[in-house]
Amino acid sequence: MAATTAEVGRRRPIALRAFRWTRRILLYLIVVGGSFVYMYPVFFMLRTSLTKESDLYVVPPIIVPLPPVWENYAIMWQNGPTWSWIKNSLIVVSFSVVAETVTSVSVAYGFARTRFAARDKLFIGVLATMMLPGAVTLIPRWLIFHRLDMIDTLWPLLIPRLFGTAFYIFIMRQFFLTLPRELDDAARIDGASHLQILRKVVIPLSVPAIATIAVFSFMNRWNDFLEPLIYLLRTENLTLAVGLRFFVSRFGTEYHLLMAGAMLLIVPMIFAFFLAQKQFIRGIALTGIKG
Amino acid sequence: MASSSLSAKTTGLRPTPERLSRWRVARKWIAAQEGWIFIFPWVVGFILLDLGPYIFALIISFLNWDVGRPPSFIGFRNYQAAFTDPLVGKSLWNTAYYTLFHVPGSTIIAFAVAGLLNQRVRGMPIWRTMYYIPSVTSGVGMALIWIWLFAPRGALNGMLGWFGIEGPRWLTSTTWAMPALIIMSFWGVGSSMVIFLAGLQGVPQHLYEAAEVDGGGWWAKVRHVTIPMMTPYIFLSLILGVIGSFQVVTQALLMTEGGPDNATLFILLYIWIMGWNAFKMGYAASISWILFAIIFVATIIQFLGARRWVYYEYQEPG
Repeated sequence: MAATTAEVGRRRPIALRAFRWTRRILLYLIVVGGSFVYMYPVFFMLRTSLTKESDLYVVPPIIVPLPPVWENYAIMWQNGPTWSWIKNSLIVVSFSVVAETVTSVSVAYGFARTRFAARDKLFIGVLATMMLPGAVTLIPRWLIFHRLDMIDTLWPLLIPRLFGTAFYIFIMRQFFLTLPRELDDAARIDGASHLQILRKVVIPLSVPAIATIAVFSFMNRWNDFLEPLIYLLRTENLTLAVGLRFFVSRFGTEYHLLMAGAMLLIVPMIFAFFLAQKQFIRGIALTGIKG
Repeated sequence: MASSSLSAKTTGLRPTPERLSRWRVARKWIAAQEGWIFIFPWVVGFILLDLGPYIFALIISFLNWDVGRPPSFIGFRNYQAAFTDPLVGKSLWNTAYYTLFHVPGSTIIAFAVAGLLNQRVRGMPIWRTMYYIPSVTSGVGMALIWIWLFAPRGALNGMLGWFGIEGPRWLTSTTWAMPALIIMSFWGVGSSMVIFLAGLQGVPQHLYEAAEVDGGGWWAKVRHVTIPMMTPYIFLSLILGVIGSFQVVTQALLMTEGGPDNATLFILLYIWIMGWNAFKMGYAASISWILFAIIFVATIIQFLGARRWVYYEYQEPG
């Protein structure tokens, strides 16, 4: 705004305008060029997954493989119990997204909007679990689930999600603190309980922030590698991310099949991101995720 | 903070018959505890999944615990073994090497990209999405793609070939495997980038105008307005970056399996190998505590150093 009024106010000499134009074009080149550099691996994966093996190293490289070789996907699909992997991943992800979001929102509400003596001390605990390395809890948690006879089941991947996740609690709390308190005070005078305030006042105002943590949860659980790797054993019990690990050893240098496998993992993510994108970007801008 | 406001309310009650007042105090106290209901799940999880396991991990680290056999107490022997294990040293060195390049590199790149994406350019939502997509798909999928990009006859070496450079055998070279993982990590800067972008949009416009009035050019604005206002975000990104970088494992496990010749053996990968391949749970736990100590000290040092360079305009709300 301010910049445009300044431009109108003074008429700039031609040399300066030419300079501005050059700068503008350069800016476009860098922004657009950079975005292609960033997307290059994804384009490249898509292309390779539809290319014949014999065409992989052709010079000059084939940019659009015609006709696309869909057989690559069929071969990749039959490599393992792909349906079971997808089913397991979907169970873990759908459960986790709902559980993590619901619990984190309600816990964050407790930290942001209710008052009790130990509240702020406990919040330090939330910050600590965010900052301290989770690597230490890996072994004891495994031994606990081992003792509970839950190894090679999905339970160790589901149960921990019921208790809220520190990072999401942190984001939601920071967001709730930016909402004007007068709103819930007004609801309180009307006799609303905390639960009613959360459901009727706070949640409707927090959709972008909630969408943000839901997308984070989806991304992290879908891509999660280490946890399913240590808890799941039999091939048919694996999640997709861990199942695809076999592709590396199986397909080795058959990169067209490897890329078809990668597509299987990446396409749902991109799809989910596009669906939630608007709320997600707004949510990050609003929460600011500042300390 | 919370308790003081509570006591102010309770002591501020008008004088009433004593029993009634006591009932009110009790009721207020109960109402004040309502917050516990909301945070209860987290408290349970904190005790069962964090605090308990931390204590348990400390105990395990003093035991000789091979899964399947009864554990026995061996004092500090696990730690002694860890300090003399050349692979612990090697993996710590590798992890530090990665961190030293990954954290500053990706912070600078994320900052520069956020600056670019904060400009007025047509079609910006599309460009922003394109920069962000590789981060959405991080993890296994990206690792698979980069195996192919880094292949001896893959895309990267093909491009180097245009300039007459014969590319190295990235992932199977002891010299180039680690730089390859670092380069790849620069495609995952999306989340810091979005955080920086949110921060940039919060920098008050009048500060830029003031800098312009003082005759400051583009660099002066960046140097004296943008960077100081962004220090809290940079700080957060560095803190979380170091913590995450010390616990890198997925890429190495998939792309190099720690090789060649342990050149990409990260500390968490070594813990995994010791715990779940060699089943030496006690030993793995002791290494995880060494990792803990390193991350803890690194975080404390950063917090202490932050006083010198991080600029907070507003006091944090209590």
